[in-house]
Amino acid sequence: MTIVNFTPWPALLGGALIGLSAALLLFLNGRIAGISRIAGGAIHPKKGDFSWRLMFVIGLVLGGFIYQWSGIAPGVGHITALVDTPQLIAAGLLVGIGTTLGNGCTSGHGICGLARGSARSLAATLSFMLAAFVTVFVVRHVVGG
Amino acid sequence: MSQVLRGLCALAAGTLFGLGLSIAQMIDPAKVLNFLDVFGTWDPSLAFVMGGGLAVNAIATPLTLRRPHPLLETRFHLPTLRQIDWRIVVGGLIFGVGWGLAGYCPGPMVTSLSFANGDILTIVLAYAVGTVVTRLTLERVG
Repeated sequence: MTIVNFTPWPALLGGALIGLSAALLLFLNGRIAGISRIAGGAIHPKKGDFSWRLMFVIGLVLGGFIYQWSGIAPGVGHITALVDTPQLIAAGLLVGIGTTLGNGCTSGHGICGLARGSARSLAATLSFMLAAFVTVFVVRHVVGG
Repeated sequence: MSQVLRGLCALAAGTLFGLGLSIAQMIDPAKVLNFLDVFGTWDPSLAFVMGGGLAVNAIATPLTLRRPHPLLETRFHLPTLRQIDWRIVVGGLIFGVGWGLAGYCPGPMVTSLSFANGDILTIVLAYAVGTVVTRLTLERVG
């Protein structure tokens, strides 16, 4: 194991902002800041439960724009996907299927759910972390090693 | 009126969330994949992102839920399911494989639409297809 590019302070600050966002959404709107469920309801809407989801999704993209335009991170525009198109499509499909079946993703289960002490969220978080670690191990050290 | 206010609050919360993901560099899949590569080039940063988010909510969530209702709503919209079932585990496993394949979970994926490049559009489109097809299937089988 080699430790690379470790940036604890921006990580902690960014994490705290994410936490603050989730705390505000619960305090103001009474909603869980789980991105997969918010986005899922925005792309496959139910009547009367659409506009706030769309606004949150627009906010996410806006946050990314502000970060790029602010100039606090030179070189951020060069961030690209690392894998080829078939792998991107497979990854996107699996993330969509998995988060819908499992009712949530990194934010909804890993941050909001764990903060509420939800056993379901703990089971989900352990499941996706395990699968992600194993997948990267297989891709980088078994297949590509 | 309150619906407009709730929409604006959702916009503000989403913006803060996207900014947080960006500052934490979770929008860089190289960083995410290195976090997941414990036996290779490991970058522990993402543990601090989750830790930071969890710490704020571990304090704020119980305090908020002690209130009778949210500021702009009549009730809290919380998950009602309690049981750990096959769906939560299998769903988690499938999601984890997809996350490990490209380094994008839903938040960074959507936030990265701000880069407006073809790769991001491709993965977001695939994600949308996977989501809608699964939602329709679950509606049908119950």
